[in-house]
Amino acid sequence: MNRIDKLFKSKREGILNIYFTAGFPRLNQTAEIIKYLAEAGVDMIEIGIPFSDSLADGPTIQQSNEKALANGMNLKIIFEQLKNIRQSIDIPLILMGSLNPIMQFGINEFCKKCKETGIDGVIIPDLPFSEYIEDYKKTFDKYGIYNIFLITPQTSGDRIKKTDTASKGFIYMVSSSSTTGIKSKIEKSQEEYFKRINRMNLKNPKLIGFGISDNKSFLKACQYANGVVIGSAFIKALSSSKANLKTTINNFVNEIKRTNCCIV
Amino acid sequence: MTYNTDKKGYYGKFGGAYIPEMLHANIEVLKNNYKKITEAKNFQKEYRQLLKDYAGRPTPLYFASRLSEHFKTNVFLKREDLCHTGAHKINNTIGQILLAKKLNKTRIIAETGAGQHGVATATVCALMNMKCIVYMGETDMKRQMPNVERMKMLGAEVVPVYSGNKTLKDATNEAIRDWINNPEAYYLIGSVVGPHPYPEIVAGFQSIISEELKIQMKEKTGNENPDCIIACIGGGSNAAGIFYHYLKNKKVKLIAAEAAGKGIHSGFSAATSVLGKPGILHGSKTLIMQNEDGQITEPYSISAGLDYPGIGPLHAHLFDIKRVKFISITDNQALKAALFLTRMEGIIPALETAHALACLGKIKFTKKEKVVINLSGRGDKDLEAYIKFIKNKKQPQIHR
Ligand SMILES: Cc1ncc(COP(=O)(O)O)c(C=O)c1O
Repeated sequence: MNRIDKLFKSKREGILNIYFTAGFPRLNQTAEIIKYLAEAGVDMIEIGIPFSDSLADGPTIQQSNEKALANGMNLKIIFEQLKNIRQSIDIPLILMGSLNPIMQFGINEFCKKCKETGIDGVIIPDLPFSEYIEDYKKTFDKYGIYNIFLITPQTSGDRIKKTDTASKGFIYMVSSSSTTGIKSKIEKSQEEYFKRINRMNLKNPKLIGFGISDNKSFLKACQYANGVVIGSAFIKALSSSKANLKTTINNFVNEIKRTNCCIV
Repeated sequence: MTYNTDKKGYYGKFGGAYIPEMLHANIEVLKNNYKKITEAKNFQKEYRQLLKDYAGRPTPLYFASRLSEHFKTNVFLKREDLCHTGAHKINNTIGQILLAKKLNKTRIIAETGAGQHGVATATVCALMNMKCIVYMGETDMKRQMPNVERMKMLGAEVVPVYSGNKTLKDATNEAIRDWINNPEAYYLIGSVVGPHPYPEIVAGFQSIISEELKIQMKEKTGNENPDCIIACIGGGSNAAGIFYHYLKNKKVKLIAAEAAGKGIHSGFSAATSVLGKPGILHGSKTLIMQNEDGQITEPYSISAGLDYPGIGPLHAHLFDIKRVKFISITDNQALKAALFLTRMEGIIPALETAHALACLGKIKFTKKEKVVINLSGRGDKDLEAYIKFIKNKKQPQIHR
């Protein structure tokens, strides 16, 4: 069974999925960051493939991309660094990034490498639904790689239903129309959108991403979905922390998952 | 062979709408409505009226006798430089602002390289009383300062962009990100680039250039077809406009002049037809300059409007099927061509346009042939570069 399915089978709420950019802050920390995140109790990890011109990203992730590229990161190195990851890590691992680097790597080669490495799913924000179904799905299916789709407050009901039908793993619910890292909390209007989606009773689990940055937004989002994705806030923590990597990651994850928060 | 997009928004292998889901709804609205809106009688009437009374169309077709004599052929200049705001860009912004109005949009976002599209957008926003935000790379703000001041005077907010090489590619990224964050806004794109249906919308509005050209050629020469049409290509809007009604007529040779910067293989160039490979940039599958990892190469050209690592999907297609021939022109060749036109005909062209003019020195035409050059814009914005060039030329030189 795909590890994503396995996860949602055993855990339905409070799922924490953390994004980081491979190659940031240093080139050779990818496996280490994954290990510390898993040890800290994260449920799933998104490994970002850096891209020079990512449209969906705000300043924080743009800068981590830039740094990662300056460090020399590319897809070949990511797969190399993750070669033995499945010897020690069992939580779902997802690759996330813009289409062009993946396209240049070759879609078949990419999916094949994902399978060999033990990558469970992929998120490619600028690969449109229709193009995926027509040109990419066959290859993804052949290697058992899940393509995770996004929905946003602007996605129509019909399209959400179509997305739900075509989705495997989970649906990535973008909390508001924004690039990454722009908002840092959940507002009332967003809760209306979450409720609307919940009334649709989708077959797939849902994770809320964009705008989840702390314990408060984590708990709030968890009321409306199976869990969350956190990206920019984690990148910021990596950039600003003076502590060592392990402590930084531990502190970050513990703070997010703290249950005794005051007002929700 | 067809030159329009297919049902899925592709020109042959190129095009499509590779956009994050956040933009899907907006692009759908545009895709489902723009034809209906822009083909309506009332829309066309208002658009044509503004082109005539406000932008100053039709622009003249000028027979450049001294140039013709020098190059021993017949050179005609399509005078887009005489448009209001000084370039062809206004043809597109008038069309798109009317479209934005019909879609009930009031906040307009644009990107700009040379600042010509920014000025043309700020202009129509002033005209229509709409809020205007223009993204411009910091490098371009410095080298096209007069246009920055014009935009501000017109009431636009000019937002400097500091990512990448701080040029057109980076400004386009930021404009699209703004649109993601403000989906109620209208993105008024400046060339035949971006996700479908933008390339088609912009090409449609710019096609007025070749519509007029056909009539003017007929008047002047008795034949609506020239032998060759030359246009410079950044994203490719002025080229798309002047090629448009001639695409199906194979007897008319079409030439696109792209920027070779300091030399095609110097590492400082924007010669996409030579250096580009199919890839995805700014929502479109097209030819783009990139490294083997699929990271976009930072382009370079002295001309801000051509300093872009891609070309629109229509042009990628036309290049692919060999309908358009691409010629690469260096900074120096462009500067020389600009000065030459200035002294021969008393017209100071934009640096972008100078690349098209430089083709005259690279292709041998016969005495009988009729060559049309799209004089896409005037050179007021480029005076600083020209002054520097002329000054350096006056330094003692070793003669070859
Ligand atoms: C005068 C002029 N010509 C040409 C261009 C290049 O754009 P396009 O290729 O879309 O015509 C620009 C862009 O700024 C311009 O200002």
